[in-house]
Amino acid sequence: MSNNLLEIKNLKTSFRIKDHYYAAVDDVSLSVNKNETMAIVGESGSGKSALAFSIMRLHNRAKIEGNIYFNGQDIVPLPIAKLNKLRGNDMAMIFQDPLTALNPLMTVGEQIGEALLLHNKELTKQERQDQVIHLLKQVGIPRPEYTCEQYPHQLSGGMRQRVMIAIAISNKPKLLIADEPTTALDVTIQAQILRLINDLKDKMDTGIILITHDLGVVAEMADRVAVMYAGQVVEVANVQTLFKKPLHPYTRSLLNSIPNTDQVNDKLHVIQGIVPSLQNLPREGCRFAARIPWVERTAHESDPKLREVAPDHFVRCTCYQHFYFPEERYKEVFGNGTFRS
Amino acid sequence: MALLEVKDLKVHFPIRGGILNRKIDEIKAVDGVSFSIEQGKTYGLVGESGSGKTTTGRAIIGLNHVTSGNIRFSGVDLTNLKSNRRDIRKEIQMIFQDPYSSLNPKKSVFDIVAEPLRNFERLSKVEERKRVQELLEHVGLSPESIFKYPHQFSGGQRQRIGIARAIALKPKLIIADEPVSALDVSVQAQVLNFLKDIQKDLNLTYLFISHDLGIVKHMCDEIGIMYKGRYVEEGSRDDIFYNPQHIYTKRLIAAIPDIDPFKRQKLQEWRDEVEKEYKKHYDDYFDHEGLAYGLRSISNTHLVALPQKG
Repeated sequence: MSNNLLEIKNLKTSFRIKDHYYAAVDDVSLSVNKNETMAIVGESGSGKSALAFSIMRLHNRAKIEGNIYFNGQDIVPLPIAKLNKLRGNDMAMIFQDPLTALNPLMTVGEQIGEALLLHNKELTKQERQDQVIHLLKQVGIPRPEYTCEQYPHQLSGGMRQRVMIAIAISNKPKLLIADEPTTALDVTIQAQILRLINDLKDKMDTGIILITHDLGVVAEMADRVAVMYAGQVVEVANVQTLFKKPLHPYTRSLLNSIPNTDQVNDKLHVIQGIVPSLQNLPREGCRFAARIPWVERTAHESDPKLREVAPDHFVRCTCYQHFYFPEERYKEVFGNGTFRS
Repeated sequence: MALLEVKDLKVHFPIRGGILNRKIDEIKAVDGVSFSIEQGKTYGLVGESGSGKTTTGRAIIGLNHVTSGNIRFSGVDLTNLKSNRRDIRKEIQMIFQDPYSSLNPKKSVFDIVAEPLRNFERLSKVEERKRVQELLEHVGLSPESIFKYPHQFSGGQRQRIGIARAIALKPKLIIADEPVSALDVSVQAQVLNFLKDIQKDLNLTYLFISHDLGIVKHMCDEIGIMYKGRYVEEGSRDDIFYNPQHIYTKRLIAAIPDIDPFKRQKLQEWRDEVEKEYKKHYDDYFDHEGLAYGLRSISNTHLVALPQKG
C-alpha cells in the first residue's frame, strides 16, 4: 500500500437534489501506482467523471466521504488553499473538450506560463518563456515560437488538446487524470495524443487515470482497468485478463456490444433497459440485476461486495457465475443459424 | 441503374472581405466527388473532420448550394429541379448526429413526427394520428409516448424519434450523418441493429456518414474515403479494410484502436511503419497543394487516387 501513488478508500460523492443527497460515486476503492495507467470505463451516468472530479475536488457543492490518500496523505479533509498547492502541481487533469477548458482571451503561451508561475514564483520571465517553448515542443507542436502567440480558436482540435496536455504536464505532475482526452478528436490525432500520453508516463514515471467509454482506447493504453456501473466499481483486473476473461455481466455485455472487427453483419448485443438516473439508482442488491432479468434473482447477492476471485481480479456480486447471453443459450438449444430474426 | 449518382460534385463556399464585401477567395469544401449507390445498399462516407463528408450529404439533400456537378436520384437531376418535381425530395431523408439538438424541445413527439406528413400529404386528423402511431410502433416506442416531449426520452429513444420522422414519408434514401456518435456503446448497438432492421423491412438505401471506422465496417457495403474535399480511395468493405492502397487510408486504418490488448505492441510497430511510409511517400500521393489526385481504378470495385503516370 505504501507503494501506491493514489489510494482511494470507500469514496462516496453525493449531490443534493431537493434536500436529499444522492450518491453518484458509491463506495469506490481503487489504487494507482507510479508509472501505471488505470483506465476507468463505463457509460455516461456511471459516475466515472464524478470520481475524477472528486479526486481533484472540482465539484462545487458535493458531499465527499471516505479517504483519498495521495502519496500517503489524505486529501479529503485538506482545505482548498492547501489543495491548491497540489492541484496543477502534483496532480493535473486533462479535460474532454479543449475549447471550453482553455481561456479564449489568453494566448497559448500566457496560459501555460500561468500554470508555471502559480507553482513556481521564482522563475524569471525568460526562464518561463523558455519552459513554455520546451513544453510545446515536448507535446509535438511543430512551431512552438509561433503557436505560443496564438489564441485557442486559431488552433485545430488536436493542437488545442496538445496545449492542454502541455499545461497539465507543466509542473511534472505525479498523477495525471485524463477525462475522455481523445473523444472529440479524429482517429489519427487520437493515436498521436494517446502515444504522447504514454511517452510522458514512461519518461516522468507518472501515474495516469484514464477515463473513457472507448474500449479500444482502453485496450491500447491501460495497465489495469476498473469498470464502473451506477456509481460502483463492478470489476477490476489487469487489461489482458479483462479483455480475455471478463467476468461481470456488465463488462461482458459492453465488450459484446461493440462492432467487432471480424463478425461483419452479425447483430450486436444490446443491453436491455437504460442506465438509471441518479435519483432512480437501485441502492440495494445488485445494481445491474434489472438489466439482466433472465438471470435468476437468487444468483445475486443481497449486499454485493467487490471480491478477489482470482489474483488481482475483483468482481462485484455473485451473478457472474450464473450469467449467460440469451442469444447464445438459444443457439445451444435450437442450433446455429436459426437465431437471426 | 443506381439509385443515387453523384458526378463531379463541387461545393465551394466564398470568403468575402474588403470594403465592398466582394468574394476574395473560396473554400473548396467538396471538390469533384463522384460516387453511386445501388438500391438497398449502404454506402459509407468516411473522413476526418473538415474532409467534406457532411457537406456532401447536405448537398445531396439540398441543404447546401451546389457549385457544380450533377446529383441524379432515380434518374432525376436534383441540382436543377423544376418546381413541379420538388416532390422527389421527400424520397430523401436525413438522420442527424445529435438527438439532443435535432428535435424541437417545444414540440411533442406527435408534432415532430407528423411535421413531414403535414408538409407533403393531406391527411385528416384521424389518419394523421394513426400514421404517427404506426411509425412510433415501428421504431419501438409505445403509443402513449405520442404526447411526451423530447426531454422525457433517453438518447437512444430520441434517435429513434428522429428515425421515425425520417421514415414518415416512406423515403428511398436515408442520409445518416454520424447517427450514433453522440450515443453510448450499448445504445449505439441498439440503434445500429435497428437501422439494419428497418433497412431490410423498408428496402432502404443508406448513405452512412461517419468517422468511426469500426462502425462503418460493421454497416457498409461500399466505402469512400475523403480527404480535403476529394476522394482518396473507394472500394468494397474488403478492398478498403484488407487491401488499402492509398497511404492516407492505410494511416487511417492503422490508427483504429484494437480491442485486443495483446496486439498492442504489433499495432504500434505497424503504425510506426505506416507513419514512416506516409512521411517518405507523401509527395507521391498528394499534389503540390496537398490534395489528392484523380481516382484510377485498380479493380472492378476498387478506385485509388494516384498520379496519372508514375
